Amino acid sequence: MHKEIVIRVCMGPGGIAAGGKEVLGSFREHLLKAGIFAKLKEKCSSHQVGCLGLCARDVLVEVHINRNKTVYQYVKPDMVERIVSEHISGGKPVEEWLADDTFKTFYGKQMKIVLADCGKVDPEDINSYIYSGGYEPTREVLTSWIPDDVIDEIKTSGLRGRGGAGFPTGLKWELARRSKSEIKYIICNADEGDPGAFMDRAVIEGNPHSVIEGMIIGAFAIGSNKGYVYIRAEYPLAVERLKIALKQAYERRFLGKNIFNTSFSFDIDIKLGAGAFVCGEETALIASIEGQRGMPRPKPPFPISKGLWQRPTVINNVETLANIPYIIRKGAGWYSSFGTEKSKGTKVFALTGKIRNTGLIEVPMGISLREIIYEIGGGIEGGKALKAVQTGGPSGGCIPASMLDLNVDYESLAKAGSIVGSGGMIVLDEDNCMVNMAKYFIQFTQAESCGKCVPCRVGTKRLLEILERITKGQGRDGDIERLERLCNGVKNTSLCGLGQTAPNPILSTIRYFREEYETHIRDKKCPAKVCKDLLIYSIIEEKCKGCGTCMKACPSGAITGDKKKPHKIDPNKCIRCGACFDVCKFKSVGRD
Amino acid sequence: MIKLTIDGKLIEVPAEKTILEAARIAGISIPTLCHHPKLTPFGGCRLCIVEVKGIPRLVTSCTTTVSEGMEVLTSTPDIEDMRKFVLELILSDHPNDCMVCEKSGSCALQELAYKYDIRENEFSGERRIYTKRDGNPFIERDLEKCIMCGRCVKVCDEVQGVEAIDFGNRGFNTKICTSFEEDLDCEFCGQCVAVCPTGALTGKLWAHTGRLDDVKEVNTICPYCGTGCNITVHVKDNEIIRVTSGKETWNEGWLCVKGRFGYKFVSSPERLTKPLIRIVPKTKGKPEVRSQKSEVKKQKEDNFLPITHYSSLFREASWDEALDHVAAKLKEIKTKYGPDAIAGLSSARCTNEENYIFQKFIRAAIGTNNVDHCARL
Amino acid sequence: MNDILLNIIEKYRKKNGNIIFLLQETQEALGYIPKQAIDLFSEELNIAPSRIYGVATFYSQFRLKPTGKNIIVACCGTACHVKGAEKIINGLRKGLELAEDEDTTPDGEFTLEEIACLGTCSFAPVVLVNSAVYGKANINALLKKIGSKRKKSA
Ligand SMILES: Cc1cc2nc3c(=O)[nH]c(=O)nc-3n(C[C@H](O)[C@H](O)[C@H](O)COP(=O)(O)O)c2cc1C
Ligand code: SF4
Ligand code: SF4
Ligand code: SF4
Ligand code: FES
Ligand code: FES
Repeated sequence: MHKEIVIRVCMGPGGIAAGGKEVLGSFREHLLKAGIFAKLKEKCSSHQVGCLGLCARDVLVEVHINRNKTVYQYVKPDMVERIVSEHISGGKPVEEWLADDTFKTFYGKQMKIVLADCGKVDPEDINSYIYSGGYEPTREVLTSWIPDDVIDEIKTSGLRGRGGAGFPTGLKWELARRSKSEIKYIICNADEGDPGAFMDRAVIEGNPHSVIEGMIIGAFAIGSNKGYVYIRAEYPLAVERLKIALKQAYERRFLGKNIFNTSFSFDIDIKLGAGAFVCGEETALIASIEGQRGMPRPKPPFPISKGLWQRPTVINNVETLANIPYIIRKGAGWYSSFGTEKSKGTKVFALTGKIRNTGLIEVPMGISLREIIYEIGGGIEGGKALKAVQTGGPSGGCIPASMLDLNVDYESLAKAGSIVGSGGMIVLDEDNCMVNMAKYFIQFTQAESCGKCVPCRVGTKRLLEILERITKGQGRDGDIERLERLCNGVKNTSLCGLGQTAPNPILSTIRYFREEYETHIRDKKCPAKVCKDLLIYSIIEEKCKGCGTCMKACPSGAITGDKKKPHKIDPNKCIRCGACFDVCKFKSVGRD
Repeated sequence: MIKLTIDGKLIEVPAEKTILEAARIAGISIPTLCHHPKLTPFGGCRLCIVEVKGIPRLVTSCTTTVSEGMEVLTSTPDIEDMRKFVLELILSDHPNDCMVCEKSGSCALQELAYKYDIRENEFSGERRIYTKRDGNPFIERDLEKCIMCGRCVKVCDEVQGVEAIDFGNRGFNTKICTSFEEDLDCEFCGQCVAVCPTGALTGKLWAHTGRLDDVKEVNTICPYCGTGCNITVHVKDNEIIRVTSGKETWNEGWLCVKGRFGYKFVSSPERLTKPLIRIVPKTKGKPEVRSQKSEVKKQKEDNFLPITHYSSLFREASWDEALDHVAAKLKEIKTKYGPDAIAGLSSARCTNEENYIFQKFIRAAIGTNNVDHCARL
Repeated sequence: MNDILLNIIEKYRKKNGNIIFLLQETQEALGYIPKQAIDLFSEELNIAPSRIYGVATFYSQFRLKPTGKNIIVACCGTACHVKGAEKIINGLRKGLELAEDEDTTPDGEFTLEEIACLGTCSFAPVVLVNSAVYGKANINALLKKIGSKRKKSA
């Protein structure tokens, strides 16, 4: 009997970073060597699979033998030989490399819609997507639905934009449909600017056809014949896979003239971003596609009435669009059965930071933060205490550990002073300084401000300056109030979403961690020991063995002392780099 | 027509008008900095924010068009607070040197700072410092004073069609500049200077000549070409120190480099003020000066025209003598060679009436149709 | 260089491109955008040079100066920041002896770029050395790696 063997190697962003290509090559080589590849030529294939989710354990490898799945974690090329000989040839899995139990909890609480096919279909082979039911929704919609049916279906599903603002997708399409114009456009926003989110990348790398399908269906609904995917140039693999996918879709005539022999024609072009966060904002994105500086313009008029080249334009996020074919396939009722009353369906989050299981997760809306952190995420790394969870990136806020039972949906997060945003979820522990986090985000938005409007151009600079001085021990009385007034002004008067949301990380950290700000300003101390200029390094005499390691490590020659006698740090020479603290084996360098 | 209420006042304006335009029609003033009625809206300064019932955020009135039944409030304590906040931010990145600024007294920013009573600045911080001076001959670009309203960029593109300048860089470092920040090398029409609301762009010729004190403004017509742009000359001690043009003129305030910056000729010592009669004919070689030695000497002493190979010599005459001389010569030519030996070419710098009379003179008095105009070149 | 640029102009005309396209192609081919390119595009395509310069200086992808032979990209996205990217970047700057405000070493060997999120946050902090990914980066190991590159090319 022929064994049916399928091997899946994670080639998502994490997989590739961890050496997925090498592992894949190694499998090819060893299967060939063992003659397995040759013998079972037809049935054994090495897929290139998009994100499997649990990036922290990359390279993840699934071995399916007659549909029995075994998962290996942390696979290195040199481990492949043993897997091939013992497991694939010998039939006995290599126990010590198997993914452990947390693997199960990691998946247990998740609900996969957008990511369901990521990791199953081969992103570079359209057939693999078609076999799993792909392009069937497009066929059905194009051949037997009218546009209003699509709009109704999406409206009933309750799908809201996954790019940040959470605007109801069905309504957006309806408004665009009603806009009168011969020419309309649909744009897929794959700019993914939030530094710390990578679900859009994973979806395009793992299942690009789902996005293309979403665009076709959307275009049909609003009456557009031309679409663009605006994608970051920093994602070369995603661009590559998207190009392949488009080419194959054209070959199958899912794109181009008279799709499925209907009167509907639709083309998609790729436009590469050039490194500007603000170009994720709709009007800036449009300016960028037009080849201009990505400076937003005031709304109204909204893009649905005056967008690209002044024509009605719908802009949707990658994840939003990737949901569409699944909603059509399984029905709006099915989709809206997940989530809460106002936030339907699932959302993909990029779970990162100080958490044991980092990676992409997809959960039903309304799940509690606690479930995400402790069940899916496996708790905090290194047994430290959870301090806060940052969601929504530079436009979002921090939710303190005390609010762990908060439900994750648009309304609840907004109430707590944060946002769902594009889905970055960064876990912070006791070693993270909240003032430093606020400074980090404002540094980011300040550098990314387009400079068009006063409050954002100058205001974010002033915010950054104040936070810089606070973290340097030069905070002044009234700085917190000054920050609040600035935040409030920038929020209310900025032209675009970037400026309007830039103060959120500061406001939310002041809201929940005010005393940490006060300690910085009043006592010139950083409780989390992050703000470099507030730390004082000294050697604890009783503990110091006089080994001299710190002396050698100190770049500024601030440490003196005789061999085997306690050393000393000259605070005037010390540049607070922490080198001594890091190298001392006896933990005798104190940091305060 | 669209009906809406602004500050409780019911007004009716054509569709497509912005809230700002509607308010101005109704005589309600809203502060602005980046708006210019002749340029496309920008929405960057944020001063014109207003409250519209049903819209949760404040909107910029210069970019939002009116709609039926709209209810607008242009001034509430919240709005004024925000306007003041924005002004404070602008001023926190602005040199505090109105004392010596060319624009003082006619600066839109200064006026607003005055109106909103901004003295102390709570948000002081780093300012943009630009030390390099633009070496062009006409326009002083003190970009530390630039508030990034974009008017200059737009006027250069939309009105002048030159696009000499654009926004460069981004964020706090955004700067109005040419390619690679080279010195300005354009038409120097000065349209950008005219629309700049602050002292960022001023005329180099104007520097330290006078601002308001003892400056008389005289409306007149540009003497250069037949277009006849309306200009206002600013005169101090009987000398022109600046030329501007009002928005309400038929030329909408736009001028060219000659009209705006070419006014120094008025008080040039080289200017002709009396008729001259040539005494030495123009020759290709050395001027023939032998027979008129005394004349030459006198003129040399007067430091009049320098003698070169191509110059000839003149003597001053009265109008009567000069006109008689011309009339006699014309008659002489006409009798000897006929009227068609004479042609008239008039100047674009003359008025219509003058040009009319000139062609009439050539046709009726001289009797030839050989008449033309330099603007047809 | 002129041929390359003329080729790009050809492509631009065929594809109905825009300024960003021109600049991306130029950078792809030459590694940076020389003034000559902007002047040529302006002349051939009748686009104001100030406009091209404005676009080139808006997007952080574009460089107006040549890069070093080796390009090191350090991620300073949120996940990497939380995991100590600042230390890595400071360490790299020091190790490469980069002057303030400079991103390329005087010998033209290395350019250090900072980028917001490479999308591999699970391996934070992340550094790319000539497109090879170093996840969970450690500054000393990195500097060793870079040091060996320097020796090789010396
Ligand atoms: C500064 C800024 C950056 C943004 N970046 C992104 C982005 O990277 N990706 C995205 O999909 N949406 C981004 N958005 C939101 C988009 O402007 C837009 O709302 C979204 O793409 C609409 O799609 P959706 O309705 O499917 O969410 C950003 C918004 C702002 C203000
Ligand atoms: S808010 Fe910031 S990014 Fe948005 S238009 Fe204003 S300056 Fe530009
Ligand atoms: S002087 Fe005229 S041509 Fe020159 S930059 Fe100003 S507006 Fe443009
Ligand atoms: S130079 Fe003057 S007109 Fe131009 S942007 Fe600056 S302030 Fe506005
Ligand atoms: S006048 Fe409206 S934003 Fe400047
Ligand atoms: S934050 Fe560094 S890879 Fe995402």
